[in-house]
Amino acid sequence: MTTATASHDEHHHGPEKGLMRWVKTTNHKDIGTLYLWFAFAMLLIGGALAMGIRMELLQPGLQLMDPHFFNQLTTMHGLIMVFGAIMPAFVGLGNWLIPMMVGAPDMALPRMNNWSFWILPFAGGILLSTFFMEGGAPAFGWTFYAPLSTTFAPDSTDFFIFAVHLLGFSSIMGAINIIATVLNMRAPKMKLMDMPLFVWTWLITSFLLIGAMPVLAGAVTMMLTDRNFGTAFFDATGGGDPVMFQHIFWFFGHPEVYIMILPAFGVVSHIIPTFARKPLFGYSSMVYATASIAFLSYIVWAHHMFLTGMPVAGELYFMYATMLIAVPTGVKVFNWISTMWRGSMTFETPMLWAVSFVFLFTIGGFSGLMLGIAPADIQYHDTYFVVAHFHYVLVTGALWSIIAATFYWLPKWTGKMYNEGLAKVHFWWAVISVNVLFFPQHFLGLAGMPRRIPDYSLQFADFNMISSIGGFAFGASFILFTYIVIDCIRNGKPATARPWEGAKGLEWTLAPKAQYHSFNTPPSRELIKSESQHS
Amino acid sequence: MNEKEYYIPDGTYWPIIGSIGISILLIGFANQMHGVSWGSSAMVLGFAITVFMLFGWLGQVVNESVNGQYNQQVDRSFRWGMSWFIFSEVMFFAAFFGALFYARMLSVPWLGGADNNIFTPDLWNGFSATWQQVAFTTPGTTLQSGTAISIPTKLVEATGLPALNTILLLLSGVTLTLAHHALRSDNRNQVIGWLVATITLGVAFLGFQVMEYGHAYADGLKLTSGIYGSTFYMLTGFHGFHVTLGVIMLTVILFRVQKGHFSANNHFAFEGVAWYWHFVDVVWLGLFVFVYWV
Repeated sequence: MTTATASHDEHHHGPEKGLMRWVKTTNHKDIGTLYLWFAFAMLLIGGALAMGIRMELLQPGLQLMDPHFFNQLTTMHGLIMVFGAIMPAFVGLGNWLIPMMVGAPDMALPRMNNWSFWILPFAGGILLSTFFMEGGAPAFGWTFYAPLSTTFAPDSTDFFIFAVHLLGFSSIMGAINIIATVLNMRAPKMKLMDMPLFVWTWLITSFLLIGAMPVLAGAVTMMLTDRNFGTAFFDATGGGDPVMFQHIFWFFGHPEVYIMILPAFGVVSHIIPTFARKPLFGYSSMVYATASIAFLSYIVWAHHMFLTGMPVAGELYFMYATMLIAVPTGVKVFNWISTMWRGSMTFETPMLWAVSFVFLFTIGGFSGLMLGIAPADIQYHDTYFVVAHFHYVLVTGALWSIIAATFYWLPKWTGKMYNEGLAKVHFWWAVISVNVLFFPQHFLGLAGMPRRIPDYSLQFADFNMISSIGGFAFGASFILFTYIVIDCIRNGKPATARPWEGAKGLEWTLAPKAQYHSFNTPPSRELIKSESQHS
Repeated sequence: MNEKEYYIPDGTYWPIIGSIGISILLIGFANQMHGVSWGSSAMVLGFAITVFMLFGWLGQVVNESVNGQYNQQVDRSFRWGMSWFIFSEVMFFAAFFGALFYARMLSVPWLGGADNNIFTPDLWNGFSATWQQVAFTTPGTTLQSGTAISIPTKLVEATGLPALNTILLLLSGVTLTLAHHALRSDNRNQVIGWLVATITLGVAFLGFQVMEYGHAYADGLKLTSGIYGSTFYMLTGFHGFHVTLGVIMLTVILFRVQKGHFSANNHFAFEGVAWYWHFVDVVWLGLFVFVYWV
């Protein structure tokens, strides 16, 4: 018999033993765990590259490396963090949590689920191997604009292209799986508007992935043929246009930034009601706001290109369309704050991360608004202000929510509690150092320091040194984070099934360490209603 | 299988085999492009492993389906999966159509001096902005990649083979729908007949497409003919690749119909392939209008 059914006893269909368990697994929790550890490994590698960048920028002048290697570091840091760390981490959270949250035993397409993970190490390996190739790794920035990535790039670029193909393949399969799971494996008594927000945000993110990733595949395919087969997509000599590359890239790239933040909104929308001990304020407006953001993300891409050259009417359109995104995002921030309003608040570690997410992500959102103003962007474009902006949304936004989610659901994943005292130390360490790291970069950018530059004028020296020191401290905070997580897995005190007093959601009705297959029989309407985080 | 039970497959080696196969294929491809001697052998090996994986994995799914291990919920999961997979394919083609429209409506006219481009006479002297013959016409000019530009002597026309191919593909959509109707009324011989007709039309399409490529190539239209040659061959090439996949999938379905794998109510694989075939059909209509016709 090649299949088993979930109605059998657990010990008939528990995990296999040994290493092959992880290679062969079709279990959503195993695959979620694989995704999370892979993402964490990539986070450390990408973080190590960032340490190299900050070390070179500690002082003006060229200290440690030649500029070409510096460019490789910034490029690979961006690619690894976006495609290797943040995206897989969210897919890992989705894998772990969505079947539990919708009352299902597993994902809808479990074998494909295995494949969408097991492509990743190969893609990541190919990407990292470019460091050791002749001519070095890609050095054209994570946005790989033509003709830097076509005419003037090293041979390793072709390996980079195939790595992106594989990563896209993995993301598309992951997204298809999540759509099929949410729409088809959801407990029959759970209506769409009963779904927890993490499920909603991931469902909408999946549509973004399926719409955007194939366009990225198209872009790198055009790069491949331009480089090797004599096509002229991005070559004006043959009637193509390097600017066209930017249009195609950002048609992918803008939805991509929402791919990396919508699930974060979902995570925060779980944690804040729990520790405010109040239902989420404005649930349906949260759903509609998420959908609106997703829709708008497809029609604003050229705000990344205000200085590239475009008719003024185009600039105006993309500016106003971008401003519109502030409305649904504002709705969300308002709802989170209203959820906390007059709540019985306590500040356990997940809540600290979630509250600081709201505050710091909003800073990143506001600097994004500033960048979206076409005339002002002429000053900000390609400066450290942009670097500060997207690190506020990606580090203190996306990554913050991933860490918050880790502390919030770690008891459910391991059946054990982490060390709350150490975790609080870690939080304050990280939240202070990250602001020392990124906040001065706003000033550097406004003063005109360009991004992706290994050396700088003396006037930028002080803020760069502050930023680098913050960077080293922030990097070191991950040593403590690693220790806290491993300590929890090994020595944590047993957790209860519902370790957070105010927590609601089907996942908390499962055993303290959730069983291998989450729900063997779908939960009842009463249970779904009583575990709903909104009224 | 009981309708109330969830379907959960055991562990599987196929995905990791697929990852290894595709990685070897792509690493081989990259090395082959860089002139490394073992590149093409690695490509063949990787391709073989990938095909082995597809046979093994899909064969296992077919067996489970025939053994009745799937319930309606699994069927629905497959349907969601296939339809969103096709949507992702649509978006892949959209990138290339986007490139076509951008070049046709914006970059080529701009390079030709539209919108008061005062630099055109100096910088772009000798640039032909005629669609299908877009490129520097000054002798000796190469692309940025160093490749010589091939200016086609004759233009591609929609009449003739492309029009014939449009009729063939549209007809194949009809015959496939007839096969589906026959399947729903459990008439296996008719299903086989209409499926064979569909596959024949598909193969004929591919044959004429090869002929059409031959004509175009003889007239000097190549991948290196500037943006029209690029979009022409990439769009029709990826489309032809998808038609080939579609023909292979239809052939598998034909064998499965002969073996009696499908019933009037339970034939997701047939429908999935039919959706795919219609998708390929629709892409062709876009190609016919925007690449060949206007």
